[in-house]
Amino acid sequence: MPRRERRRVVAAEAVGPYKLLRIERGGIEPGRPGQFFMLSAPGRLLPRPMSLCLAPPGELAFLIDPIGPGTRAICAAEHLQVFGPLGNGFDLDVALPLLVGGGIGIAPLPYLSEALGRPPALLGFRSSFHAVAAYLVPNSDVVLEPTFVTERMPDGFDVLACGPEAMLEAVRALAPDAQLAWEAPMACGYGACYGCAVEIEGKWRRLCVDGPVLGGRVQGQTQAVSERDAA
Amino acid sequence: MILNASGCLDALTAPGVARSLDAFVTKTVTPLPRAGNPPVRIAETDVGMLNSIGLANPGRERFLGETLPRLRALGVPLWVSVGGFAAHEYAETCAAIEDVEAVELNLSCPNVDDAPEMAAEIVAACRAATALPLYAKLSPATWDLAEVARAVADAGADGLSLVNTIRGLALDERSLRPRLGPAVGGLSGPALKPVALAAVWACHRAVRLPIVGMGGVQTGRDVLELFAVGATAVALGTVLFADPDAPTRIRSELADELARLSLASPSEAVGIAHAGAALSVS
Repeated sequence: MPRRERRRVVAAEAVGPYKLLRIERGGIEPGRPGQFFMLSAPGRLLPRPMSLCLAPPGELAFLIDPIGPGTRAICAAEHLQVFGPLGNGFDLDVALPLLVGGGIGIAPLPYLSEALGRPPALLGFRSSFHAVAAYLVPNSDVVLEPTFVTERMPDGFDVLACGPEAMLEAVRALAPDAQLAWEAPMACGYGACYGCAVEIEGKWRRLCVDGPVLGGRVQGQTQAVSERDAA
Repeated sequence: MILNASGCLDALTAPGVARSLDAFVTKTVTPLPRAGNPPVRIAETDVGMLNSIGLANPGRERFLGETLPRLRALGVPLWVSVGGFAAHEYAETCAAIEDVEAVELNLSCPNVDDAPEMAAEIVAACRAATALPLYAKLSPATWDLAEVARAVADAGADGLSLVNTIRGLALDERSLRPRLGPAVGGLSGPALKPVALAAVWACHRAVRLPIVGMGGVQTGRDVLELFAVGATAVALGTVLFADPDAPTRIRSELADELARLSLASPSEAVGIAHAGAALSVS
């Protein structure tokens, strides 16, 4: 298990309604795209799970939607406790990748795009203000509501997606082998709280240890892990 | 002695954290498998957190056949938390468990009426089924906790675990809808600490049983306070979620607290809040 370490926040840059939080990396491993970190702000009881957005030299960067008291405290902090990388990332052994993201769910895609050599990406947002964040993902096409990403998704690609649950379900209906990064509120990030259990294909899984990326070729592995660790 | 609160740690995914405790308490095992409650299951509140996990567990058969052998391999002393929906269900599980340090009876799960006679009935049934030490984990949400404590002591409990969570509800900032899937959940964290202190205080006066105190422990000072009102051991819950290193940190803070009061060991702090004379701080 990784160590939990205190790190200085270098900057919190506005990206449309979101914040790009840049943190001193120190000796922390950035991990694989799709893995996440638990970030704790001073004065808050519980950390929040955030997937890594970018790994510039010497830094870790997270794209955060400051939607509640917890995320707002993280965006306002001068120092954070950083615990990670945690969970399973995306399987990068794909022939013809297409990244699909929705809203704040684009957070892990910039780092994933780098790792895969800037493949094409399709991003959906609620408004043009939210779509400002699209500049973080190279080679991306953007759709705005009421158009959904699934209306523009081409056939024949290896889809790697992150976004709201309804989007992921719709993506999976079109691309059953897609690798999907799911999200759920969690208290711990390391399998202790059972808060992040979600029912996927009739099975309950803890997203922190069995995910957050499920589906595609990763599924066999995660299912085995799930059955072992659910006990 | 520092334990984890049941359901607040999975020793199989975090063996290092389990080894930093004096014993590992399992998640509550029920006779049949339980998937648990629908999401959302976790919400942070101002000074605490709500959970509605719903006793998710693989059921008695898989627990005994698969989980328990793997837990034994970790080499950490084990306490098994046992749940159920009738006295005979608890007793059947107790009868099937061997070679662990203790059994903690979760007498505060949502579908079990924890009126004194019911809690005592469960303890009596389990007492007849096992010779293992039995700890009764009680809810503080009862009109007279001391009476429940006396009833379970008379029924053969070897100790008490105090306290389980109490019911709470939180609303979404924007929608004003409940944040948890099942609306109501169990409140833990610092908000629960005064409740835990009052419960341990009352039960220490009511019965002569060892007490595992828990509820809102974040620091060594919190452990000291639970000892002072009568706990003989302490369990960590919510703090483990944010800080997997909490057991080691809290032990070190407790040592400092004890030294500050010129106390040689934690046992010297047990019950001092009930004593007539005040401590002199060195």
